[in-house]
Amino acid sequence: MSGRILRRVGFFLGIGLLGLFAIIPVLWALITVFKASTDLYVFGPNPFLFNDPPTLDHLVILFKNTNFPVFLKNSAIVGVCVVAITVLLSVPAAYALARLTGGWGERSGMAIFLVYLIPPSLLFIPMYRIVVWLGLANTIWSLVVVLPTITIPFCTWLLLGFFRAIPRVQDEAALLDGCGYFGAFRKVVLPQVWPGIGACMVFAFSLSLGNYIYAATFITASSQRTVTAGVPTELIRGDVFYWSELMAATLVVAIPLAIAYGLFFNYLVGGFRSAEEALTGR
Amino acid sequence: MNSSTIAPVEHAREEGLLARLGRALDRPQVLVWLMLGPAVLYIIAFVGFPFILAIALSLSDATIGDPSLDRYVGLANFAAVMRQDAFWIALRNSLLITAASIGLLLVLATAASELLVYSFRGKRLFQVLFILPWAMPVSLAAIAWLWLLDSQFSPVDWVLVQLGLLGPGSPLGPFSHLYYLGRPWLGIASLVVADVWRMLPLATIIVLAARLSIPEERFQQARIDGAGFFRILFRITIPALRPMLIVAILFTSLLIIGEMGMVEILTRGAPGHATQVLPYWAYLKGIQSGSLGQGAAIALFLFPFLLVAAVLALRAAYRSPEA
Repeated sequence: MSGRILRRVGFFLGIGLLGLFAIIPVLWALITVFKASTDLYVFGPNPFLFNDPPTLDHLVILFKNTNFPVFLKNSAIVGVCVVAITVLLSVPAAYALARLTGGWGERSGMAIFLVYLIPPSLLFIPMYRIVVWLGLANTIWSLVVVLPTITIPFCTWLLLGFFRAIPRVQDEAALLDGCGYFGAFRKVVLPQVWPGIGACMVFAFSLSLGNYIYAATFITASSQRTVTAGVPTELIRGDVFYWSELMAATLVVAIPLAIAYGLFFNYLVGGFRSAEEALTGR
Repeated sequence: MNSSTIAPVEHAREEGLLARLGRALDRPQVLVWLMLGPAVLYIIAFVGFPFILAIALSLSDATIGDPSLDRYVGLANFAAVMRQDAFWIALRNSLLITAASIGLLLVLATAASELLVYSFRGKRLFQVLFILPWAMPVSLAAIAWLWLLDSQFSPVDWVLVQLGLLGPGSPLGPFSHLYYLGRPWLGIASLVVADVWRMLPLATIIVLAARLSIPEERFQQARIDGAGFFRILFRITIPALRPMLIVAILFTSLLIIGEMGMVEILTRGAPGHATQVLPYWAYLKGIQSGSLGQGAAIALFLFPFLLVAAVLALRAAYRSPEA
């Protein structure tokens, strides 16, 4: 009996520590956002308490006096376009690999992984040349064209797992009913992988939003910057850091993304599970 | 009468044509290329081609001012890169930071997945909080850490002072600040902690997915045989997880070793080049100083090692008897 209680205490202790580790910088950011500057830059008193009344000033400044709304808009456009391109290309590709190619398609998980051996940090210099050739330098469209290189391999791999989890018997039955291969895909298989597609969309959106190296390399014009490159370059002026505004920008982006991820957490785990089973041939 | 009978016939023939076209495309051999083709072409155009271009650039004297590939300089860029002290420090740091992060991540992700297998009240909320670090764009995450580890206003320092661990006459020294990002080794340690923090959610999802694939009967059998928690963990769970732990190592280490945002924002490679890493050094050389050839050479340097490591790791994952 006491062993059981001990295990329960240990369990929640572990959960608590993990959660604390995950949110410490965010918690500190949250306190910073609402602190008056006179309360923030002082030594001595407990930095976790509000010694002056909390204020919304920093949030107002962020949205009114900086380019942050422009960055948000640019990031949203890039994110939505990248998600659309990713889904349009990787859903059919994953289905083709899962169903139409026979043996080697099932094993293609490994090949998709190898694309990640050529990461953005290796490609950004030639990619910069290509973006210039395409006449897209200094526009958000450079990111729309280039970022799917990161999202497509990953989403294809994840979707491969979702498709593989659907019993083959179902599309075979649809084929017998005269649906045809594409019909079987559209009417029988596709409706069942919506959670997987949703998980992929969240993943692709956050990957496209989070990429720093391309955003920093391709774009220098303030009006075309996205959140990742715009916030560090424009809210930090030389040695002057607008800390409260920086933390506000961080939270405004992070919290909605975290909620979206949280909603799809179990689907992500499920997708990884079948994708991993495909990879190790279980 | 005549004309009215012709119309439906023509209509039927048209439908036949469409249907025939549809049937022609709806064979697995054709459909597979229609569905797979766009993604493959895109990857060839925007990963394969730039990769070739990266190799070409690294063998040329291209600069931002004169980006043409007209002069072949052989391995001169690689030789020039290897003469720089900063390059060797960056290489060492990249490998060190990645290895240290992966070591910590393996332990923490296995522990976290062991906890998240169970359901408990408030799990949804916990998942949202737990995944926050991964959901954040890397540059913003770095800024949050920059503020947390600020040289003067770090709340971590404040807590350490309150605990009597920092400040005059305390074990950690007479100053009341640790200057995390201003000292070589403390800077590297800070980068490791920030990387672990950022990657833990992803690593946990990968390991948790593998953990859920282990048949429950195996645990029940072991419990019936009287095996304790740690015996089950080391004899059943970890061996069964092994192939996916290898994949998790590969995946997260590729993401960590290729990331420059953390270093650029947290330390800028300072003090000196003590916390420099390869991607940021490639960026400084290739874009900031405009030497595209040298930048490409630095970025390419890791590729052969990563390729060999990845192939070995994936082969090990496939071969594993537990798979």
